[in-house]
Amino acid sequence: MQLTRRDATAALAAVGATGGVALAARREGDRSEDEGTLDEESVRASMVAVATVVYPSAVDGVETFVNRFLDGRLTGSTHADGLRTAVGELDDAARSWYGAPIPDLSESDRDRLLREIGADIAEADRDGTLAERVRYYVVNELLLALYASPTGGELVGLENPQGHPGGTESYQRGP
Amino acid sequence: MSGENTDRTPVANADVCVVGAGPAGALVADRLAGDHEVVVLDAGPRFDPADRLDRQERAIRPSYDRPDVWDVGGERDAHSNAGEWFYPLNHARVKGIGGSTLHWQGMVMRLHEDDFASGTERGVGPDWPIDYADLRPYYAAAERELGVAGASDNPYAPPREEPHPMPAFEPSYSDSLFAEACEELEIDMHSVPNARNSETYDGRSACAGYGTCQPVCPAGAKYDATVHVDRAEETGATVIDRAPVQRLDHDADRVTAAVYATPDGEEHRQEADAFVVACGGVETPRLLLLSDSEEYPDGLANSSGAVGRFFMDHLFAGVGGTLDEPTRQNHVGFYTSACDQFYDEADEEIAPFKLEFLNYAGPSPVEEALTGDDWGDTLLARLRDGYGTHVAMGGLVEQLPQSDSYVGLDPDRTDDHGNPVPEIHWSVGDRALRTIERANEIQRSILEELGAEIEWVAGPDATGPAYHHMGTTRMSADPDAGVVDADCRTHDLDNCWIASSSVFPTSGAMNPTLTIAALALRVADDVERRL
Repeated sequence: MQLTRRDATAALAAVGATGGVALAARREGDRSEDEGTLDEESVRASMVAVATVVYPSAVDGVETFVNRFLDGRLTGSTHADGLRTAVGELDDAARSWYGAPIPDLSESDRDRLLREIGADIAEADRDGTLAERVRYYVVNELLLALYASPTGGELVGLENPQGHPGGTESYQRGP
Repeated sequence: MSGENTDRTPVANADVCVVGAGPAGALVADRLAGDHEVVVLDAGPRFDPADRLDRQERAIRPSYDRPDVWDVGGERDAHSNAGEWFYPLNHARVKGIGGSTLHWQGMVMRLHEDDFASGTERGVGPDWPIDYADLRPYYAAAERELGVAGASDNPYAPPREEPHPMPAFEPSYSDSLFAEACEELEIDMHSVPNARNSETYDGRSACAGYGTCQPVCPAGAKYDATVHVDRAEETGATVIDRAPVQRLDHDADRVTAAVYATPDGEEHRQEADAFVVACGGVETPRLLLLSDSEEYPDGLANSSGAVGRFFMDHLFAGVGGTLDEPTRQNHVGFYTSACDQFYDEADEEIAPFKLEFLNYAGPSPVEEALTGDDWGDTLLARLRDGYGTHVAMGGLVEQLPQSDSYVGLDPDRTDDHGNPVPEIHWSVGDRALRTIERANEIQRSILEELGAEIEWVAGPDATGPAYHHMGTTRMSADPDAGVVDADCRTHDLDNCWIASSSVFPTSGAMNPTLTIAALALRVADDVERRL
């Protein structure tokens, strides 16, 4: 199933640009300024690389979708800062444990990296451990984008998923 | 007017001071602002409408709890539970401009005629000192103010004089499945009134289908009280946020000032000719209890001893399961069909109750996707397995007022201003528990007729509150039996009204906000007459 820029725009319409955390300042002193910092292009490439792991194989167009979604999320918000930092620290781990940045790892190594970090079993927490922050800012960020979009909803059989302003027609329709 | 540097000083020569900017306070302020100097004080902040998508994200992400969505919690909202039943107070309210309508579901039914005469008609509880006819024109006005989408297809609803302001939402696909089963069982289904725009209304858009009505509508299609706060301000009212009222200063017969705190640590006195307390069913009695004095040693306006007493909520009854066919759930966050057929069979043994046919049974895939230790194809398989065939019914049951269910002050715990926090003593009587079983019986029969495999039952042991705080400053014509009179004016103080579900002597089983709104409009008329 093809993900489109329209899906990404719809996902942004569902969650906004500031990620819920513009409303509350992140805890002070939780990370140094330069730790885990990546340039914009690398953040995007890393997110696309992770998306190919956490998204089902049935979807195409992941790179375009993720980049369009990040256009609206990598703004000047505290959420964007948290996302960049979490991706940067995940990339540090990739380089340290696998000798290469996230986008250069094989899909199976990316999957393993996420699990070794603990993102599969961690509770999502924007102020938590690295595992909890990767779950919040990376894994759940990407899953939220997909499954709040019409195409992501359709994968499950729900063309107007929660968070998507899909109108008041679909709930009346039969299968 | 929401930042640290906002002018929060009192308004000179105020005619009316309203405490609380939820739906009751907002409607009173809006009605009176045109001809009078009105000031509204609210304990919470003015929320930025631009943040609503962010709040929606909080509602979807599992790392946030429900109170986080509207910043409820902390020392400001501290409270304690000391009753037979636990009451999750901070899940049940929002403090700020708009109040709990910011997170409400938006269901707006009128109480039935017998609800105003429970003692006479059902043999239990007190009668209200007003009847349906007294409130009927105010119900119609409240429906216009809030914007209600509804239809006149409910044969069990009380008489009405005009159509709803907007057409009802069309039934859902799953309603059509329920309809076949209900027809077999001779159970009637009908539409349900929503304070949610089925079309553009009063400058607000039609429902966009975000599906997160409770706890946040990013579209503004669901009514919330910011509508009337904004209008009151445009008309000339002054609204001061983050201004928790600490006490009501008074003499023997009149409230003289609302003493409120501001974020800069200062305290101010807002004087006015009339005061309308509209802080909901918990903070209203708390404020009166905090305002005790030599004249009123047991709490202001409490000569009857009823302040804080008779705390009630509606009890939830539900049954859910799965079919072997698609049911198309979770497209929208509201329900479109109900059944009031059994409501007026209420008597001493069985309470009134209503039934709801839910459109959001089972898990929401996007919320499910953010939990679990799987991703990729495994996650998608789990989501597909979990979504698509759920059905569920809900319902609300009346709780009778009883003296051991009350809101008091906790002598051992204080809030961020050093005031004793509310202490909830919630208990539920056997009549309500029996009625939950009765509702479950009907719900179960419908699901079984549908062919559902029943997976859960919210019965007497698994019920919970609907977050409707009622009864704690009850209305009575007898000054010894109630806090306010039939006009919602306190018996003890000539210039103090209470606009809230706290004045309900009994609760019925209908969601209370339309009745709150109707009473608020009636309060505004009475204040106007007496100013």
